[in-house]
Amino acid sequence: MPVKVDSRCRYAKTHEWVRVEGDMGYVGITDYAQQQLSDVVFVEMPEVGDSFEKGEAFGVVESVKAASDVYLPVAGEVVELNEELEDSPDLVNRDPYGDGWFVKFVIEDHDELDSLMDAEAYQQFVERVKDEGGQ
Amino acid sequence: MTYVPHTDADRRAMLARIGVESVEDLFGDVPTGYRFPGLDLPEPLSELEVMAELREASEANADLQHNACFLGAGAYHHFVPSVVDHVISRSEFYTAYTPYQPEISQGTLQTIFEYQTMICELTGMEVSNASHYDGATALAEAVIMALSVGRGRRTKVVMAPSVHPEYRATARTYVQGAGVQVVGDDRLENDLQALVEMVDDDTACLVVQYPDFFGRIRDLTGVADAVHARGALLAVACNPIALGLLKPPGAFDADIALGEGQPLGIPLSFGGPYLGFFACKEQYVRRMAGRLVGETVDLDGTRGYVLTLSTREQHIRRQRATSNICTNQGLNVLAAATYLAGMGRCGLSQVAKLCYHRAHYAAEAISVLDGYTVDLSLPFFHEFVVGCPRPVREINEILLDEYGIIGGYDLARDYPELENQMLVCVTEMNSADEIDALVQALEELDS
Repeated sequence: MPVKVDSRCRYAKTHEWVRVEGDMGYVGITDYAQQQLSDVVFVEMPEVGDSFEKGEAFGVVESVKAASDVYLPVAGEVVELNEELEDSPDLVNRDPYGDGWFVKFVIEDHDELDSLMDAEAYQQFVERVKDEGGQ
Repeated sequence: MTYVPHTDADRRAMLARIGVESVEDLFGDVPTGYRFPGLDLPEPLSELEVMAELREASEANADLQHNACFLGAGAYHHFVPSVVDHVISRSEFYTAYTPYQPEISQGTLQTIFEYQTMICELTGMEVSNASHYDGATALAEAVIMALSVGRGRRTKVVMAPSVHPEYRATARTYVQGAGVQVVGDDRLENDLQALVEMVDDDTACLVVQYPDFFGRIRDLTGVADAVHARGALLAVACNPIALGLLKPPGAFDADIALGEGQPLGIPLSFGGPYLGFFACKEQYVRRMAGRLVGETVDLDGTRGYVLTLSTREQHIRRQRATSNICTNQGLNVLAAATYLAGMGRCGLSQVAKLCYHRAHYAAEAISVLDGYTVDLSLPFFHEFVVGCPRPVREINEILLDEYGIIGGYDLARDYPELENQMLVCVTEMNSADEIDALVQALEELDS
């Protein structure tokens, strides 16, 4: 299955994306990640006000076959949760870069975004991962 | 056939890899004289002789077929209807373990599902798991779950001193090294109000027992509200037989209800194996430990059972799982389910009433004896504390040796300040004659 990327996002090697809107960032998991997980049945959220370091686990995404940590690509404080996911976790599968977002957070240090991949780089990264036969 | 899969070549390769010549070299640190000590065993016996010897040994025990028993303190002597043994002895159920290929064992899963359903009805809770090892481990799992719900940021646990001492010790064992502070149970004077006041913003849960270790029934109205106001959970360890009579923990808005399931058709058996039951509010189900059976439909729309929400568990969630328990007490779950189904609502309530009335009959009779005191001011279920004129240890020796009565629990074992205090338990198994005999024995003891 072809892997979609979104040119508005930047990507972490752990397959999360972040989309910047002013001082805020939205974060979710990539199309490749949701394909690997298969049907998402539950997303365990942090609490509003929680702060995380770059690369720190902020939640857990649970599918019919696995439960995986999700990591914040850059440091920040959570200001909003996607409450839709509580009743419709399948949004993560259906619209990973849109309605399937996980949390909105205040980006602590915009310079950290430079360490993330752009869409093209991530696409190549995923191709390499697939060639190596793993995640 | 050989049961050892290694070939000589395997063995040589392994020995070479670790740099020793022979298997014997691995025991080089054990002094020669101790390596193969001679065992001074008697000549073998025939089966007939062994049976006779074992029977003789077992007859040296004081057992419940021959002795009146007033000992409870967490393990209770109840009548086990023969239907329980009949059902659990059926070959279809011959495994004490959660099945590894669960969905092929629909009968086992259905039994667990029915057990879960009855535990929910009994406790007034929304979700029950497939059980834990015993009441103590169920309580420890409740504490771990509350810590998990508190996302590791709440590191304090408020524990009532009237929770079973062994349960408290087990909970401490489980949380040792995790930076968790267990408070509240160091002073017997800490009553419900004092405990509720200890609950603060760092507290994961308040743990109380109902009826408590001393048999007392506390009205838990309002406790959950106060605990929830601090963002903590209320865990209630409860006696399942008492719930045949009392308002269930769920009606007090408890978040977790757990307890020892042994009274539900499981014999005392020298202390085990027992059964820990565990139920909680549905909103916390993903933090709950243990197996969970769910009901569903197959492709044809026929009812079926599955192990569900397994992603909570260690084999999938790995180190982020709430608990490392991935099993249940299958055989005892079956016994408890059979007992509950056999007794039914009326039967269970009847057992509870018998226990209650007989315990009150005994308590009143003992309370008027010279030298003995019983606090009758607080409501109690089937256990009560008797103040004795001399150490309980001494009284129990005389009761057993001279009257053939197994006396109550010596509270000084766990509470040094409760010297000469005996916890007496009375169930439906204690006839009025037995109770009268106990009362008379106690009276004679003091004269």
